[in-house]
Amino acid sequence: MLKTLRKIGSIGIISEPPPAPDPLLRVRERLDEKIRAVLGRALCIRHVDAGSCNGCELEIQALNNPLYNMEGLGIRFVASPRHADLLLVTGPVSRNMETALRRTYEATPDPKLVVAVGDCGCTGGIFGESYATRGPVSNVIPVDVAVPGCPPSPTRILQGILTAISSRGKL
Amino acid sequence: MSLRRWWDRAHGVTGAPSVRGLGVTAEEWLQAARDVAAAGGRLLSLWASVDASNPAAAAVYAALLTEAGVLVLELATPAHGERAVYAGLAEIFPAATRMQRAAFDLSGVRSSDPDQRPWLRHSAWPADAHPLLPAAATAAAVAEPPNADAAYEFVRVEGEGVHEIAVGPVHAGTIEPGHFRFSVVGEKVLRLEQHLGYVHKGIERRFTELPILAGHRLAARVSGDSAVAFSWAYCQALEGMSECLIPARAAWLRALFLELERIANHLGDLGALGNDAGFAFGLVQFSRLKEDLLRAVDEAFGQRYLLDAVVPGGTQVDVSAPAAHALTERVSAIAQEANALRRIYDEHSGVRDRFAGAGCLAPELAVRLGVLGLVARASGQALDARCDLPCAPYSELAPAKVVRTEGDVAARVAVRFDELQESCRLVGRILASLPGGPHLSSVAAPAAGAFGVGFVEGWRGPVFLALEAGAGGSIHRCHPHDPSWQNWPALEHAVIGNIVPDFPLINKSFNLSYSGPDV
Repeated sequence: MLKTLRKIGSIGIISEPPPAPDPLLRVRERLDEKIRAVLGRALCIRHVDAGSCNGCELEIQALNNPLYNMEGLGIRFVASPRHADLLLVTGPVSRNMETALRRTYEATPDPKLVVAVGDCGCTGGIFGESYATRGPVSNVIPVDVAVPGCPPSPTRILQGILTAISSRGKL
Repeated sequence: MSLRRWWDRAHGVTGAPSVRGLGVTAEEWLQAARDVAAAGGRLLSLWASVDASNPAAAAVYAALLTEAGVLVLELATPAHGERAVYAGLAEIFPAATRMQRAAFDLSGVRSSDPDQRPWLRHSAWPADAHPLLPAAATAAAVAEPPNADAAYEFVRVEGEGVHEIAVGPVHAGTIEPGHFRFSVVGEKVLRLEQHLGYVHKGIERRFTELPILAGHRLAARVSGDSAVAFSWAYCQALEGMSECLIPARAAWLRALFLELERIANHLGDLGALGNDAGFAFGLVQFSRLKEDLLRAVDEAFGQRYLLDAVVPGGTQVDVSAPAAHALTERVSAIAQEANALRRIYDEHSGVRDRFAGAGCLAPELAVRLGVLGLVARASGQALDARCDLPCAPYSELAPAKVVRTEGDVAARVAVRFDELQESCRLVGRILASLPGGPHLSSVAAPAAGAFGVGFVEGWRGPVFLALEAGAGGSIHRCHPHDPSWQNWPALEHAVIGNIVPDFPLINKSFNLSYSGPDV
């Protein structure tokens, strides 16, 4: 126990300031102030892997490490889409996940936001569209913000999330 | 016939060291598999390929891991149709079942084994369409929309008080999708059945659309957390087929990338395992160390995850002397901190209580199921391709093999801790003795029909890849194989008799890939 406490004390607080939103990541303009008024900066996220190679998942998991400390911003991952305000979706959408993704989207209460993560989520990436994949997330559900990268860094993903919940030019 | 005779009859295969190939008859196919099993060998991979020049002919391949090396059996069979049936290997190698079902879904070649349920095919394409057959046969068939409610026949457990818990495909955490069906009495798990294939992306078909010199990028994305292992295996096969000798520096850099990938994944897992045992402190500390490592890798190579670091002919990136020095220091600091955290884990009675005895996979069962990699080493199986069938530079590096015999979560944690230290040592050693010279040489596309194999011990276990060149620098067939194929069925056994709330911990201690085997 003493060792644990000593470790906690010696590391201290190492969280870094969050990045600024980037309007360039926005793909759908929703001047719906009501959404932001409802969501504010206490945001619940449901992650959906709709066909990813799992590279993006590694960087999404990093958002909860003490350096990015996303929970410190009032943003947290939840276990059910019914508790979520925002869906963070990765992968080219595989045809085997298409229905599960649609159902997850339908189960998420309005108003809801969708952030597509990674080159595959944005464009289908190297997998493209085929007998097995539907390509970008926007081919299956409406997307508000798309964060490219293979995989995008945690900073870029966080920026994408913050862009989705901020209106243009302010946060 | 002894194993030796099969091995002596076989011909050399290019790519990874100690790989041989042998065309066999239907009787020999079964006998060779039995002899390999009797000698303690295991099934590495099974796939089918349609003949490039004659679409009516196909072959089933079984890659078998023996003490001498990898023996690839090739059994000719008619392609697609009533007569495309071969003798199944499930009785000899239980892990063959899912691979055979997948081979039928994709290539239309059927095994004689009783379990004929689809595996990778859910409902996105009809049962009589096989995506790896020449395009014309499947183009029309896949146009229909998928029907997600097409029922999968789970094995039902019946009796008083038995009920089912269905989990997934969308899980509660930030993880990949798959479906788990638990049959339980009270809290106790009687049976777990997995239904995977949700992230099937048509990778093997996609390979055939890429130039052979560009396939490494797709290979790296078979399972992103094992990108170095897969891209190295791909390049190893390709370079063997093209008779390209990579510079010594490139081989050492690849080993550096592979060990960094191992360290990153082990750090992540050790944190997540602490968290799943209710010790959030572990997650915070290990995720901090992992972030440290990723930033050091980013500073040295310009990418946090080395998805595009291994390319045909060598490596895309090199390391400068100052960057090598900085990386050495960071990795050595991480090793020290991880050791201190290990003592905290070891002394924490709550953590110890959750780890010890949970999800036990006994060594005898590990042999029978033919598990591979880290999971095998935690259940008494001394298998590590870096030591057993080393390619350059591992013959010179001589990594220490880590083996535990308990087979429980605690053993899989201990293997990770030990391997983490060993990989940190290897990183220091590699950076201190990197050979000079170029890190990239040129590679020409191999001739049509050339066949090669890649075999690389990734952090999860051995990654196997078979590559067959098509005409004009194309890929006729590429089959990447993740060790999770073998280890997923073992997880079904390891949870029997445990309580449902321990499943996340046991599952994490295996930490298997979905994307890899779903291809």
